[in-house]
Amino acid sequence: MNVLVYLVPMALGLGLAGLFGFLWALKSGQYSDVDGAALRVLSDDDIEPRDHTS
Amino acid sequence: MRGSGPASARPRASGDPALDARLRGHERGGVSAAENLDLSLYAKPGPDGTCGMELAVEGIACGACINRIESAVRRLPGVTEARLNFTNRRLRVSWTDGALEPARILAALEDNGYHGHPFVPLRAEQEEAAEQRRLTRCMAVAGFAAMNIMLMSVSVWSGNVTDITPATRDFFHWASALIALPAAAYAGRPFFGSAWRALRSGHLNMDVPISLGVILALGMSLVETANHAREAYFDSAIMLLFFLLVGRTLDHAMRRKTRAVAGNLAALRADTAHRFSGDELVSVPVAAVAAGDRLLVKPGERVPADGVVQSGHSEIDESLITGETARRNVAAGATVYAGSMNYSGTLTLKATAAGGSAVIDEIERLLEKAASAKSRAMRLADRASRVYAPVVHATAAMTLLGWWLAGASLHDAVVTAIAVLIITCPCALALAIPAVQVVASGALFRANIILNAGDAIERLAEADTVIFDKTGTLTLPEPRVVNAAVIDAELLQNAARLALSSRHPLAMALSREAVQRVPYDGAIEEPGQGVCVMIDGVEARLGSAAFCSALQQSPLIPAQAGIQRWVPAFAGTSGEQAGISYIYFSYGTQGAVIEIAQKLRPDAVETVAALRAHGLSPMILSGDRSEAVGPVARALGIENWRSALKPADKIALIEDLKRKGRRVLMVGDGLNDAPALAVAHVSLSPISAADLTQAQADAVFLGERLAPVADAVAVARRARRLMMENLWLAAIYNMIAVPVAIAGAVTPLIAALAMSGSSLLVTLNALRARGA
Repeated sequence: MNVLVYLVPMALGLGLAGLFGFLWALKSGQYSDVDGAALRVLSDDDIEPRDHTS
Repeated sequence: MRGSGPASARPRASGDPALDARLRGHERGGVSAAENLDLSLYAKPGPDGTCGMELAVEGIACGACINRIESAVRRLPGVTEARLNFTNRRLRVSWTDGALEPARILAALEDNGYHGHPFVPLRAEQEEAAEQRRLTRCMAVAGFAAMNIMLMSVSVWSGNVTDITPATRDFFHWASALIALPAAAYAGRPFFGSAWRALRSGHLNMDVPISLGVILALGMSLVETANHAREAYFDSAIMLLFFLLVGRTLDHAMRRKTRAVAGNLAALRADTAHRFSGDELVSVPVAAVAAGDRLLVKPGERVPADGVVQSGHSEIDESLITGETARRNVAAGATVYAGSMNYSGTLTLKATAAGGSAVIDEIERLLEKAASAKSRAMRLADRASRVYAPVVHATAAMTLLGWWLAGASLHDAVVTAIAVLIITCPCALALAIPAVQVVASGALFRANIILNAGDAIERLAEADTVIFDKTGTLTLPEPRVVNAAVIDAELLQNAARLALSSRHPLAMALSREAVQRVPYDGAIEEPGQGVCVMIDGVEARLGSAAFCSALQQSPLIPAQAGIQRWVPAFAGTSGEQAGISYIYFSYGTQGAVIEIAQKLRPDAVETVAALRAHGLSPMILSGDRSEAVGPVARALGIENWRSALKPADKIALIEDLKRKGRRVLMVGDGLNDAPALAVAHVSLSPISAADLTQAQADAVFLGERLAPVADAVAVARRARRLMMENLWLAAIYNMIAVPVAIAGAVTPLIAALAMSGSSLLVTLNALRARGA
């Protein structure tokens, strides 16, 4: 059972990494515009700049 | 930036001379010869010499709009950042201070077919956003802790029935404690704080048994762990917090979403006023108008503030304030009220009140009174939990006492009592209502209804009487052409296309008929007379009878069916007969008299029938004259109608109905309806309503159809049924679980299964609110 002594802290460490990842994403505003993010990925303006406005 | 009402309802890049002049002005480098737009009220200085502004953007349809808007704004000189939030349709722009005239951002948006409306984010909205983030962080921490503790608990449970060594079990328990204690200290704060506040003020709320249960469970588990016990309740306590936080986060997210929509609506409705500074005319937001300012009100605009007319004469429409549809003539010396529509002439007035109004203040006073009365009505969940908390405490205390008297050791009695506290903690109850609300508000949104108040669903479901205002609610908000059937179609199209070039309200009503929405080139507007243009070498005129017949050498002869002769008698009755206004059109030798009047919403009859089928009895309470209300009531088959009512009369009638035990759903749009909306059990407003009215309504519906009113009732009733089902599910769960807990048979495994099982069940049941 000695294996638990380092396996459990490792599992916790990984979990904590996930938690901090989520908190960071929340803090940097990645959840403030979920609909927009889904659509921005489809925009191809970086491939072929085109003037939409004229 | 333009008058509200018909003008801002649809995008129109040209045909608006004032706007065009301003746009041309911007192209010349931001300085308009005609008029400057002063938006300094909205520009907020940011760090390192930048300035920032938030705009609610109208007209966003799809994902491509994001790029189009952002790149158009970024191209402006001086702009450092432009970011569009697609979820709440808001654009945040920052620029180097002094390098950019903020009005150019609006012009850039207009050029691309969008309307930007600057606004100052409400403080309450920012606080709610912060609260939402706090709850989400707490939920994340609780979720992480619950998963990890459960991992170890499952090992302990399976070990307890096989061959786990006490040393390993202690290790798992201590590791659970290590995760649970900090996590509870962090994620439990929303509950502990609220419970502490309630206790200090001598109340009990739902958070008291929750906090007590969590703290006692953790404390007991710690003691048990130190004593090398077989079982610890760390998992139950943290899982409880997690489920409760999910419920709370959902509830909060929904309220915040409706708040953001309401904020956008307010921004969309915020108008600008034309203020004289010296001889120069400056556009300022209405909020910046102060008493004593000299203002210019053009035809087709709303009066921005209460004031006294100094020069000019015009007809004004006060229907938004009083419900009266007949127009009033005003000249120098007359008093006009904010919110009135200026019809025919340009007025100069001296503001007597800052960007608000004495009438509006009076209405707001009534509102406050009514709103405070409404907040006394308790919510379903509140009522449930108010009864629940003392019962939980009593049961736990009785269990402790009972076991101890029955001869159990104090240790066993305390453990059993705590198990009762945990098992009765209402995670299913906490999810029962918010989950249904979230799903139902989504269903309402698809039916074109936006909720302003989170608990509106419950109240909508209870309504048994529906009261309609007439003007703008049963009828369309703007007048329409009513005799289109008898006018030659091509002639009407010509007239409608010509009408696009005028800002006169009658012309705007006519222009709605235009199929080809491109104004004629070279149309000239004679203020107060009409518009004229050459079409294929033939002169066309639209406007007053005199303006059009000036072209005619002889009286018109009806050349074909549907083309009417000029009847001189018509000129005298203009705007008087049963709310019909006339606008005249002549094209060569042809001519037409176009009748414009309030028109019923297209599906008003069906909607009233549908509401009857739901068991609601309809009524009309209108501020308009009985000659105008009667025909509408007859058309809809509503026997119960009253006319010429003042706001106080409407309140009195609704109060009277309430005393008779009726639950009133009020549907109205005018300022005169706002107090009635607040008094009513629940209220709806069309999107075209006055700001104040909209802010007061529990929900706002979009579009020309009245059907959302019936849909709202149907969705709300289904949602309420599901809420009741969920409360019953939670209650049945307790009825089964509590006796087991009192008997002392609840192990942490049973507690975990029961809690997650009942939470899952109510959540799945809530999803049915999406329904057909």
